[in-house]
Amino acid sequence: MTTDVITRLDPQSHAAKRGLSDLSIRNLFIIPTILFLIVFNIFPLLYSLYYSFTDFRASTNAPANFIGLQNYRELLNDPFIWNNFVITAKYVIVSVAGQVVVGFGVALLLNRDIPYKGLITTLLLLPMMLSMAVVGLFWKLLYDPSFGIINYALGLGTFEWLANPDMALYAVAITDIWMWSPFVMLLSLAGLSAVPKHLYEAAAIDRAGSLYTFFRITLPLVAPILMIAIIFRTMEAFKTFDLAYILTSQPTTEVLSIRLYKMAFQEWQTGRSCALAYIMLIVVVAITNIYVKYLNKVKER
Amino acid sequence: MRRKIAGIVAGIGLTLASGTSALAQELTIFWAEWDPANYLQELVNEYEAETGVRVTVETTPWSDFQTKAFTEFNARGDAYDLVVGDSQWLGAGSTGGHYVDLTDFFKEHNLGEVMAPATVKYYAEYPGNSGKYWAIPLEGDAVGWSYRTDWFEDPKEMEAFKAKYGYDLAPPKDWKQLRDIAEFFHRPDEKRYGVAIYTDNSYDALVMGVENAIFSFGGELGNYETYEVEGYINSDKAVAALEAYKELYQFTPPGWAKTFFVENNQAITEGLAAMSMNYFAFFPALLNEATNPHAKNTGFFANPAGPDGDQFAALGGQGISIVSYSQNKEEAMKFLEWFIRDDVQKRWAELGGYTCHAKTLESEEFRNATPYNEAFYQTMFKVKDFWAVPEFAELLQQINQRIYPYIVGGEGTAKEALDALAVDWTETFKKYDRLQ
Repeated sequence: MTTDVITRLDPQSHAAKRGLSDLSIRNLFIIPTILFLIVFNIFPLLYSLYYSFTDFRASTNAPANFIGLQNYRELLNDPFIWNNFVITAKYVIVSVAGQVVVGFGVALLLNRDIPYKGLITTLLLLPMMLSMAVVGLFWKLLYDPSFGIINYALGLGTFEWLANPDMALYAVAITDIWMWSPFVMLLSLAGLSAVPKHLYEAAAIDRAGSLYTFFRITLPLVAPILMIAIIFRTMEAFKTFDLAYILTSQPTTEVLSIRLYKMAFQEWQTGRSCALAYIMLIVVVAITNIYVKYLNKVKER
Repeated sequence: MRRKIAGIVAGIGLTLASGTSALAQELTIFWAEWDPANYLQELVNEYEAETGVRVTVETTPWSDFQTKAFTEFNARGDAYDLVVGDSQWLGAGSTGGHYVDLTDFFKEHNLGEVMAPATVKYYAEYPGNSGKYWAIPLEGDAVGWSYRTDWFEDPKEMEAFKAKYGYDLAPPKDWKQLRDIAEFFHRPDEKRYGVAIYTDNSYDALVMGVENAIFSFGGELGNYETYEVEGYINSDKAVAALEAYKELYQFTPPGWAKTFFVENNQAITEGLAAMSMNYFAFFPALLNEATNPHAKNTGFFANPAGPDGDQFAALGGQGISIVSYSQNKEEAMKFLEWFIRDDVQKRWAELGGYTCHAKTLESEEFRNATPYNEAFYQTMFKVKDFWAVPEFAELLQQINQRIYPYIVGGEGTAKEALDALAVDWTETFKKYDRLQ
């Protein structure tokens, strides 16, 4: 039996009686969406691009003066901003790598017949269903040096996870790994279950070792979907805000988006913060592009 | 059809008419979420009983207060009729056109004398010495100290202290003693720590704490008339003060790296620290046995003097301003007239508000009302504040960026941090054409 991709309008229907053609129904659905996109996404994007070339401050009545590339020049010459970039890069690498290792590892463990598999998978997904702010607040308690359960369980005494400038960023990354590994796990599971069984059977007949099987069969076949998970997580980690903001206020954890927030909404340097937001956008787009190129290459194989 | 339209128009008209009349009977005051805001709500309930005008005190957590208020101002929003704004907002509020000019109101009611002079200078006037007023001092506040009287008065401790330091254990008279006492009581093995200080660098918490040291050491943030900072913020006195503050940091409880008023009160209520810095506004909670199991053993002292005998404290507190985008400016003005009445100010103090009303402050009744009112009264005559220029938040960010890594991270020296800060601030003031 074949079905049409587009459901034809029933000539007896109310819509047909009112003379609504397929085209107008389509427009009815699409035009509001496009309008919405233009008003809430594209217009602010262009408007803030204009502001990034001005000295505009939203907190004053002074008009915006065009100052060319000065905001960009000053930002890229500011050692504190570069430091924010380094912190963000460190955070992205640690947190995404951790999520891939943990998430993929758990997926491998779950990709077999075990009792209560569905229940276990669902329970493992719980962290990513929680709100960022809630996760931040309760991990702050878990990390507490005086009464936190982490120090108690690991026997670390009064180790200062969040007050120690060198440790704080990793503490935030650990929280992020805890929260988002399930996401990587979920996608990896989907990828793993799609690997044809006969490939493993063939490998077994050829007496391939388990490492060989993993690197030659499992990983290449799961790679495309794993890449998608990595792209998502990298973009998210790059613009992370809530967790780092709630957990600690160390200068060593001031990732770019926190700096951006302070610049835009505490210091009201609207023009300059628009420029910083654009710099961030360009970096994210560039990183994503590299990934997507790589993803396409992986898919071709 | 026409009748239908007429009906709808009449309906809308009626709704609008009743809507505006209802609005005229309501005022919204915006403030941060803390006990004094609850006291203010109690006070304004009495205004409603008197006049029928309903006043609501709307609050938001401190961390969000500045952002939320200015987002509303920048959008020219009329959600708030009055705002109890931080002293350093005056510059941004007045030059940005967000606050209604209250100069005439001030002069008409002679508020320059009715309110304590320091509060008028810091909560109401902008620019400094201009004779232009933008707020009515509402909540006076400054940083003071609480301490554990039972630890201080324990004969064994007193004896041990005297043997070690050569003088009697008592509330510190200067920063040297403050340091000694903090060191003396700092016993991580017993889960007892010397002192709780502000370290949160997200807004003005850490800066307030450090200001206490800088001002009492005889240092200044800069010249508030000429905006010169070189030689002020990095003077020897300021450097010594920053070093003293860093020294205190080593005697704080573990994990004391993002702390403000909540944590500092907890240091006392949880029995963690011997002494704790905090705004006077948070002291009522320390005397309440429901919130502090050590309430009976909690005492208070004013910020101690520096090595040369200078004694100042960092100013907190706020004035109340009328938002220029409010639809109810006249009604708000009437409210302010009520608020500055002698009997209302007295009532405000009774409810727990820290009045700035000179007559009430000076009265024996006020000064003896609580164990900390006397310290508050004395402190309010020796307070100093941060810059109140519109770009204050940038200045705050810069000072946080420089001093936090030194105090908490132990990076570099106090001199390096403050020299770098002097360069940052000079650049910022040049950017805004305050310096050549």
